[in-house]
Formats: sequence, structure tokens, C-alpha cells
Amino acid sequence: MTEVIRARGLRKEFTVHVKTGRIRRARRVRAAVDGLDLRVERGEMLGYIGPNGAGKSTTLKMFTGVLTPTAGEVRVCGLRPVAQRTRLALRIGVVFGQRSQLWWDLPLRDSFDLLGHVYRVPAAEHAARLRRCRDLLDLDGFLDVPVRQLSLGQRMRGELTAALLHGPEVLFLDEPTISLDVVSRQAVRGFLAELGSTGDTTLVLTTHDLADIERLCRRLVVADLDAPLPEPPVLPGAPLREVAADGRRLVYALESAGVAEVVSGLAGVASLRDVAVVEPDIEEVVARLYGAPAPAAVPAP
Amino acid sequence: MADGRGGTLRAYRALLGAQARSQTAYRTSFAVDLVGNVGATAFDVLTVLVLFGVTRELGGFTLRETLVVVGLSACAFATADLLVGNIERIPQYVRTGLLDAVLVRPLGALPQLLLMDLPLRKVSRAVFGLAVWVTAVVSAGIDWTPGRALLVVLAPLAAVVFFGSIFVATATVSFYWVESGQLANSLTYGGRDFTSYPVTVYGGWFRALFAYGLGFAFVSYHPALALLGRADPLGLPAWVGWAAPGVAVVAAALAAAAWRVGIRHYRSTGS
Repeated sequence: MTEVIRARGLRKEFTVHVKTGRIRRARRVRAAVDGLDLRVERGEMLGYIGPNGAGKSTTLKMFTGVLTPTAGEVRVCGLRPVAQRTRLALRIGVVFGQRSQLWWDLPLRDSFDLLGHVYRVPAAEHAARLRRCRDLLDLDGFLDVPVRQLSLGQRMRGELTAALLHGPEVLFLDEPTISLDVVSRQAVRGFLAELGSTGDTTLVLTTHDLADIERLCRRLVVADLDAPLPEPPVLPGAPLREVAADGRRLVYALESAGVAEVVSGLAGVASLRDVAVVEPDIEEVVARLYGAPAPAAVPAP
Repeated sequence: MADGRGGTLRAYRALLGAQARSQTAYRTSFAVDLVGNVGATAFDVLTVLVLFGVTRELGGFTLRETLVVVGLSACAFATADLLVGNIERIPQYVRTGLLDAVLVRPLGALPQLLLMDLPLRKVSRAVFGLAVWVTAVVSAGIDWTPGRALLVVLAPLAAVVFFGSIFVATATVSFYWVESGQLANSLTYGGRDFTSYPVTVYGGWFRALFAYGLGFAFVSYHPALALLGRADPLGLPAWVGWAAPGVAVVAAALAAAAWRVGIRHYRSTGS
């Protein structure tokens, strides 16, 4: 397995000006991302969830070379994102759910041709990738319609295609299903699942919608402002679902592994305090993680 | 990559073509704007003509001589405004996410922004400016030498680069301070107005600052003196009329540095 993304102690601070008097304003430094450690292997699908303001988009912008980290290190495809921006750009695809890579006043087809020039994609490869996306995303009905006249769902299918035409090794998606209707949401999820299943393209996505995660991802990272995320123990057959409370709470999903295996796997952890087995749905678990610390739910060393 | 440079040029040309198709998608509105856009430049020239209706001399210069100054300024400003003027919309690019979008593509951010928002409807203004310049030069009774023939071409090009640099440099202020549009306008449109007249009409610290501190005298006044074969009433030597290209290169280098620093600031602070 090759490493596609590596982050060590990644940190991003923003300065905000807070009104303290009629004229006076104070500068406050706020960390949007605080000491993120992360390793993503080739072909993995990584879901990134968290409440508004948890630094999900900021993290993606640091991975794609838009923002410079305040501290820490990051490598994507072995490159330094900001310093080697244009070289990295040829190897990654980016979809910002609320922003567009498409030309508003031109037919969708023209945007695809233009991006072929921008990324210098050989014509045959361009045609082959476009054909695949047309089939899987059902684009044929609106290829000749100006982008401004597309529905949100159609546009998002166009954005996905636009991000894939140069054959990126990693696809970053910032809230790709936001404000889509149920049908479009299913189409986007299905397409991403198909894309990820081939193992060629690494997917990193942020979302509010836990159904996206359940459908697509084997691994979850919860972005929590006060909680740096260490790498927790890996248990075969029981993927880690959540890490919370400064890494003091780990949440695993029981898949092929049984309760006994997971508990004995965790028994090796020196600081193990309590283990509980519950059957919450993921939405409930996450809602609790965002809110006030609840009593330990699932295995908690 | 063997096709590196050629591929990049083709990419920029494709972006320009897309912008042309986008703008002409609304045909009537484009045609109306094309005509309407001549207005602003025409007014600059009309102002000069009206002034000479009440006076025969302006700062020691006749109408024909002044027309060389205003023609150079109008022609260069209109062209720079066409090519680079929309960079003042940086706050919009940040808000709509266009800046982030161009930063994740394998091309330079500044050329992409310029090409993707090139206001083609301002072409008419540049063409009108060029017509004023040609008319002014022809009617000024210039004593032609090979040097002056070269300067007639070089001076407008240098002035375009100079105004373009002012546009880029002032626009980068909005990376730090979003509401900086008025400040930028005072230097861009203010610079255009300043360069429409011989600098002898201004006085004191104002002339010192705009003409020589910021370099606007090298845009139209000094090249016009060199073309007309007149000595500078303010006493600068004749070769200064040839300094415009050098000043333009310095201005472009400073603007490029300001742009790089501005983008770095954006990337470290976010929007």
C-alpha cells in the first residue's frame, strides 16, 4: 500500500476581531484545525464529518494547496501542497459543493473541453473518461445545456465529471451532497461508491450527511476542536467509527468481528477503564459526540 | 513535459475563447455595452477640447500638444483597463470561490483570473483610445526621426504596462482590507486623469507625489515632450522622455511582487 496523504501536527489558526467596546476590538486567535495527524493509503475512502466550523473545509484547503498551514507538515502524493501547487493540481481532483469549476454561461460540454486544455489531457484519455462518466452519471440529457440552467443535481454530476477528466489519484470532495434532493444524492453516492471500489482513486470527503459516510466509507474521522486525533489501535473486523474526548474515547463498529474479539483486542491497552456495548445508530452516536460528553458508550479505554 | 509551454499557452487561449463565447451569449446586451463603453474615454477627450474653448494654452502647451498627452493617456488606460482592470474584483473572486477554484488548477492564478473575467465589451474603448492617439500624433506636426517613430509605438505599450501594474498593485490591497476599492480608484482613475494633462498644470507636493513619486509623469508627459521635440519647462533633461519603458518594467516587477505577497497573505489567513 502506498501512502497518499500524510499529515503531522497539522494546525491552522485564524485571527478574528471581536468587538469589545464601542470602537475597541480585540484580536483573538482561534485554531480551526488543531494538531491533525492523518495517514491515508492509496485507494482508501476517508469520510470527514464534524459540525459547522470544525475545520473540515480548512483541512481540505490545506490538502489541496489553497491554504498554508500555520504549523505542522502535510504531503499529498508526496508533494508539498502550497509550494508545489501546480504539480499537485495535475494529480488531484477537487469538488467544492457550494462552488463551481464550470463555466456558467456555456454548455456543460464546453466546460469539459476547456478543462481538457487546462489539464493538458490527451484527447483519447479525455474521451474515454468522459464516456465513462456519461454512462455512470447519466449526463447525456443535459450536455448541451448552459450550466446556469442546470438543476443542482445535474450541476453536481457535472462537477464530479469535471474533477475526474484528468484522471486524478486523489479526489477531494467538500460536501458533495449538500442541498441535493434524495434522487441526486443517491446518484452521487452510488457513483462515488463505484469509483472507490476500483481502488485506483483515493476519496476524501467532508459531509454533514451521515448516510454518505455509511454508504461510502470504512473509516471515520471526527473533527473536534479540542480533540487531537492520535492513531488508535486497529482491530480486525471492527473498523473504528469515532475518536472523541481528546482521543480518550474510541468508537468501533462491529462488523465481522464479535464482541469477545474486540474486547480482548482492547484488553492490551494499558489505560483501559471501561467497556460498554450498545447498539446506537451512527447518527445518534455522532450527535452525542458533538454535544456535551455523555457517559462512555461503546468500548472506551 | 515536452509540451509544457505550448500546452500552457493553448490552455490560456482556450480560457480566452471561453470568455468570448460567454460574453457574446447575450448578444444585444453585449452590443449595447460595446457602444456605451466608448462614452467614458470620449469624455476625457471632450473635457480637453472644452478647456481649450476658454483658453489657448494649458500649462504652456497648445491644444495640439495637449492632445498628444491626452491621446497617449486615453489609449493606454483604456487598453490596460480592458486587459487588467477587472482585477479590482478580487473581493468578488474570494466571495464566489473563483480564487479557490483557480488555485486548484495547474495554471498561474493571476492570468486565469484575468482571462476568465476579461471584459470584452471594453474593446470599443481601447479602439477609440487608439484612434485618438493616432489622430493626435498625425495632427501634432511631429518632426519624424527613426527614434520618434519607435517611441510612438513604445510609449503606449509602456504606458499600458504601467497602468496595468497600478491596477494589480492597488487591487492586492483588498487581500488585506476588503473595502479598499475607493483607495484603488484614486490611484487608477486618478492616475488616468492626472496623465491627461501636461504636469505643468499641477503644482507643489501634489505634482511631486503623483508625477515623480508614483511615476505618472513618465506615462504620457515626458514621452509627449520627446515626440514634440520640446524642452521640459520644469528642467528635466531630454532623455527622460525615453525612460517610460524602464519605468514600466520596474512598475511591473513591483506589482508582481505585491501580487505574490497578497496571495501568500490570502493563503495564510483564508477569506
